Amino acid sequence: MWEKLGLDLDAHDALLEMLGQLYGQTFMSQRNRPKGMEYFDFVMSEVHGLRIKEIVDAKEEGRKVFGSFCVFVPEEIVLAVDGILVGLCAGAEFALDEAENLLPRNTCSLIKGAFGFTLSNVCPYIKAADMVIGENTCDGKKKSYEIFRDLVSDLYVMDMPQMKNEVDRDFLRHEYRRFAARVEEVSGRKIEVDALRKAIGTVNAKRGAMHRLAGLRAADPAPISGLDALLANQVYFYDDPVRFTESSNQLCNEIEERIGKGEGVFDKGAPRILISGCPMAVPNWKLPTIIEGANAVIVGEESCVGERGTRHLTDETGETVEQLIDNIVDRYFKIDCAVFTPNTVRLEHIKEMAKAYKADGVIHYGLQFCAPYQIEAGPVEKALEADNIPTLRIDTDYSMEDVEQIRTRVEAFIERLKG
Amino acid sequence: MEGDRTISSHITDTTFAPLTVCSELMRDLPGARTVATGYGRHLFARHWKCEVVTEIKAVAMGARALLPSCRTIIDVGGQDTKAITITAEGKLHKFAMNDKCAAGTGRFLEVMADALSFSREEFAKAALSAVRAEKLSSMCTVFAESEVISLVARGSARQEIALGIHQAISSRILSLVKGVQIEDDVLFAGGGALNACLRRLIETGLDRKLHLPDQPQIAAALGCALHGDLH
Repeated sequence: MWEKLGLDLDAHDALLEMLGQLYGQTFMSQRNRPKGMEYFDFVMSEVHGLRIKEIVDAKEEGRKVFGSFCVFVPEEIVLAVDGILVGLCAGAEFALDEAENLLPRNTCSLIKGAFGFTLSNVCPYIKAADMVIGENTCDGKKKSYEIFRDLVSDLYVMDMPQMKNEVDRDFLRHEYRRFAARVEEVSGRKIEVDALRKAIGTVNAKRGAMHRLAGLRAADPAPISGLDALLANQVYFYDDPVRFTESSNQLCNEIEERIGKGEGVFDKGAPRILISGCPMAVPNWKLPTIIEGANAVIVGEESCVGERGTRHLTDETGETVEQLIDNIVDRYFKIDCAVFTPNTVRLEHIKEMAKAYKADGVIHYGLQFCAPYQIEAGPVEKALEADNIPTLRIDTDYSMEDVEQIRTRVEAFIERLKG
Repeated sequence: MEGDRTISSHITDTTFAPLTVCSELMRDLPGARTVATGYGRHLFARHWKCEVVTEIKAVAMGARALLPSCRTIIDVGGQDTKAITITAEGKLHKFAMNDKCAAGTGRFLEVMADALSFSREEFAKAALSAVRAEKLSSMCTVFAESEVISLVARGSARQEIALGIHQAISSRILSLVKGVQIEDDVLFAGGGALNACLRRLIETGLDRKLHLPDQPQIAAALGCALHGDLH
């Protein structure tokens, strides 16, 4: 199967070994994990195994696979033609030298990661994808898709508005309709109103499970670690949506029981941190590992791989495909990505999250060279501090050379929170 | 320490074998309550019974003990440069640190002093004696070193290059310090505080007086000792 997908087997083995080791160190050493996490451990251990097999089998049955790098790509539309949407690999430094042959060094890690995985033929998802969807969010992505086009079989680029006026909503509607037409073309199936309504329901249920998980993290002692909750948010992008929803809800049932018994994975009263900023794609666990290694618990992620990506539901009422697509547009148009200007809604959301999950402080995570989030970091920090929410800004990349420097900053921040 | 009195202090290089150095230091202090700080704090804690605090909190506590009215600390150490603010109640508040490279740290000064064959003391003195400065355009330690060599080769005066180097690092430190809200009184800690030229340039840049403690390089150690005493 791997050879058929065109993977470089040696490089892929090396990647899996690295991933397995990192996973063991990061996740399996945590104490008192909920039993429900076993499912996510299993998915991760099979992320380059059974899940790919499932996808390849589905392709043989005629289903189409769509790969994406962004939460603006509406999964509902893909599901409506019985397609599969997967998040593509971009969370680690892999084949950096090859990526830097094509991109300037001062490109963010996420983009370089996507190029590295693709160039070294180790991402089975990108290989399995019938169509890869790019989106003109930040300048880095927008321009790098021009180069990326030559590396994949079929790249489709979705344009994006930059403001939140009515004309921008119309523009997003136009782009989603264009995307829907392309998805119909690739799949050879027409989007029917019932199928689209059902797809909206499926994705709403998936997001609903994540909302439930997020809410349960308000408890003290924390019933689940931030690393495990982040993992669930990461698996969100790879797994079959219905199975994922079921497993996440089971995890939530167990967590509710834990809360009832006053059980937790950290001591009661442990410092509580909200992470806000750039997305953390698998296997980017660098900053959360440092934070929780210092005995503070992460209680939420204001991130695309987290609540920014999952927070709103889509209205399921509507009699026509157009009406339902309008509902989808309304839901996605609310995403407060830093590529929008102005983007004050994001600051309000960070404050809401800090309050809802009883965070003692916020750590703003910026990827080096990600202008939108790094530029927002300053005003966000200032506003949060003015609101008496202690804030620490960390700008970093996927390399491990600054781990000790970050550890010093994070531990000092936790000392500040303890007073 | 005994109460708030320091009875013994010792400064030594970490070297490439920090645990051996620690063994020697600890041999003279059997059973003493110990608090570890700095980059090797967790390594030390794996071998000796101790508490661990970051150098940021440690220097904040030390500074407060040295100067009870202290609200802002500038700490120029070997690996990091920090600007730290303390609340009126004496609690650690905001801090800013240099990026992961050595630009703006004490290490930068050491490398440049070596490049000009100055001892640490001569280096600051020479810079203070210059009436004009050779401007350095690079802040990267590696690039700045080659720039210094080029200036020497061009026949520039050594003390003018020395002043240029001090100005470059000061501007870097000043931009870091201005990132936190500076309030009086300001204490200058870390080995960098021993450099008179650096002190003068930062005082001029901030238009504030810097308080210089005795032995500024052990302010963090003092903070640790006091922390051990409180807990």
